[in-house]
Amino acid sequence: MTSENPFQNLTTDPAVQQMLAKAKENNISTVWDRYEQMLPQCGFGETGLCCRHCLQGPCRINPFDPDAETGICGANADVMVARGLDRAIAAGTAAHSGHAKHLAHTLLKMARGQAKDYKITDPVKLKKVAARLNIAVDGRPETDIALDVAKAALADFHEKDTPVLWASGVVTPGRVEVLSKLGLVPKGIDHEVAEIMHRTLYGVDADTVNLLLGGLRCSVADLAGCYMGTDLADILFGTPTPLASQANLGTLKKESVNIALHGHNPVLSEIIVKVAGEMTDEAVAAGADRINVVGICCTGNELMERHGIPSCTHSVSQEMALLTGAVDAMIVDYQCIMPSVASVAECMGTKVITTMDICKITGAEHIDVKEETAAENARQAILQAVAGFKKRKNRPTHIPALTNTVVAGFSTESIVAALSKLNAKDPLAPLADNIKSGNIKGVCLFAGCNNVKIPQDINYTKIAAKLLKENVLVVATGCGAGSLMRHDFMDPAKTRDLCGDGLFAVLNAIGEANGLGGPLPSVLHLGSCVDNSRAVEITVALANYLGVDINQMPVVASAPEPTSEKAVSIGTYAVAAGLPTHVGVMLPVMGSALVAKVLTQTVKDLTGGYFIVEPDPDKAADMLLQALNDRRKGLGLV
Amino acid sequence: MPNYKEIFVKTDKCTGCLTCKIACAVEHSETKSLFSAIRESPGPVSRVYVEWLPGNVKVPVLCRHCEDAPCLNACISGAISRSDTNAVITDASKCIGCWTCVMVCPYGVIGRDQTFAKAFRCDRCPDREIPACVGACPTQALVYETVDGFSKTKRKTVSRELLTREGA
Repeated sequence: MTSENPFQNLTTDPAVQQMLAKAKENNISTVWDRYEQMLPQCGFGETGLCCRHCLQGPCRINPFDPDAETGICGANADVMVARGLDRAIAAGTAAHSGHAKHLAHTLLKMARGQAKDYKITDPVKLKKVAARLNIAVDGRPETDIALDVAKAALADFHEKDTPVLWASGVVTPGRVEVLSKLGLVPKGIDHEVAEIMHRTLYGVDADTVNLLLGGLRCSVADLAGCYMGTDLADILFGTPTPLASQANLGTLKKESVNIALHGHNPVLSEIIVKVAGEMTDEAVAAGADRINVVGICCTGNELMERHGIPSCTHSVSQEMALLTGAVDAMIVDYQCIMPSVASVAECMGTKVITTMDICKITGAEHIDVKEETAAENARQAILQAVAGFKKRKNRPTHIPALTNTVVAGFSTESIVAALSKLNAKDPLAPLADNIKSGNIKGVCLFAGCNNVKIPQDINYTKIAAKLLKENVLVVATGCGAGSLMRHDFMDPAKTRDLCGDGLFAVLNAIGEANGLGGPLPSVLHLGSCVDNSRAVEITVALANYLGVDINQMPVVASAPEPTSEKAVSIGTYAVAAGLPTHVGVMLPVMGSALVAKVLTQTVKDLTGGYFIVEPDPDKAADMLLQALNDRRKGLGLV
Repeated sequence: MPNYKEIFVKTDKCTGCLTCKIACAVEHSETKSLFSAIRESPGPVSRVYVEWLPGNVKVPVLCRHCEDAPCLNACISGAISRSDTNAVITDASKCIGCWTCVMVCPYGVIGRDQTFAKAFRCDRCPDREIPACVGACPTQALVYETVDGFSKTKRKTVSRELLTREGA
């Protein structure tokens, strides 16, 4: 990259830089332009010192005015900040668990024979999940088990006699004890979200610590939603196994009908992929060579981990896919879809198709997709893409000739399977032994988004590069995985250069034992943002194996470029689970010294986890390494 | 005399968000960054005021740096002077806290620093090209312009309005 590149302060992805040049040339507004226009941003919002929870407001507390101590109702800065944070956690929880609930309904309808386009793809996972829920499996038809699992999933959303089973049943026994003692075991996923809305209402909870504990409990419900999302998606669509794929804008093909699937839930995208595979004739009749399905954001991750569908781009650069002029339809479900895609699409003559009744965008076309008629709806949407191709096939496209090799598909199951090639009897032993010996210093999970405030991907790549050299095993989900894959961190050919000797030896040994003829990629792709559950599952398995709790494990998490409230709730459940958790963007909590202290220090005495807020990637890497070293010391490891 | 710029207020554009007050306080902090300034002790203070009037009108008010400044004329300790950028500034080290400047100021924009008991006011941000409040205002209710430039813009606007009313 040369210093002449005017876009290097916006993104470190060269393909995105090319598209930004095109956007500028064509005077098309992108997220970076809108950010510029938004500056300066409001200091009250930045510090969490504004409140719109009642009609006497809005209130804001001037942090530099010693006389401005409270809002109109008397809520002080601490309460205001804690309420705002709680609502962000509730929103994130509602989103992940909404995704899971959608899958639960799909599983239920499938089991009842009402959704013929869906089936049980992984009966082994079905039985594993059922067994965890104490649902009888022996001698029962799979659909009966699935029906019970779906019912148990839906039951976890409301208050009932048992706590949320997808929370209490998925962590270590020690963690259940810690969370129970603190009153942090959720009673129902929807119940916790609703309770946050209640307690943050005008004139309810005004005790800062009590509010924060409520937020922590809600975040544990978010873990449940994520975990359920992964479980049910694996049952319906298959548990990922390692496979090769590609990333970045070069995965769009001029001669193909390009469909970009954007959003999160595999309920829709899986069917599109399947039906698209049956519609090559329609594409050929329109003059294309085939239908080329690519993913954006977590839809991309879900499809990549199960089918090796290429990931086109992620998060903050989603508009760039449209700027290539080569996308014939962007089909979206929900979450992280910037409404601006509709206007960029209009400029480029592309169609955006919304499919969910909770996520319509003015300027986009809507095709209501129902589980009962999924394939038929998918066909309708794909025909729109084919029609789009006919219109654009003679127009120029600008597809950056940049792709990255990616090896993805790492689930707990596939990792254990790979490890069992080293030790069939005791598959976790090789991992545990290498952590003990120091070949692997610890594990870092990268999760979250890109954020327009940070040059795209720079925090991910800088921190990951440093940690890998220090022999930290790095796993990634969501747009964190997207970021690292677009910078070759998931290309096994780069593992030798990226990793320290100890880590390389381990990754190479696993790769060789599994017949890959080389190492695993330096960063293991664990899937979408709900698939942070996979990181939890692996950590819990290792902790149980070592006979310790999660808060003793040399495991850290980092959301170095977070944007969505989902990243806030994920970060919070990582803290509730007991992990040091780095955030690379200032959370809107600095207006309260008390809240900032609780999140970064006090909570450590409660759950063992804590937030590390550090925008500088080099410092953040050092702090994460320090946290891992502290944990190692705690376990008596050098 | 050079044509100095002044901070002008467009009262019809102020939404009362108080972003100017935060920007002013941060600019007058030790660290000059919001997230660290918020933890400084003593905390930095803003020198710009936003008054509210019935009818939900919000009016930013700040030192006009009067050419014939009553405060400068009245200061008995010689703490108030005119800077090389034509700003009226208070030298805290010379201020004795008699508040004469406060009494004579027609705008009520001289404050009392609660930590040091010294008078303070807008210094038009000598280290910045554009004062912090002006740079931060999201609606451009604060404008940094010469008197001539501001008047010229106003004449242009009124001219357009006049023509519109005449049906041009």
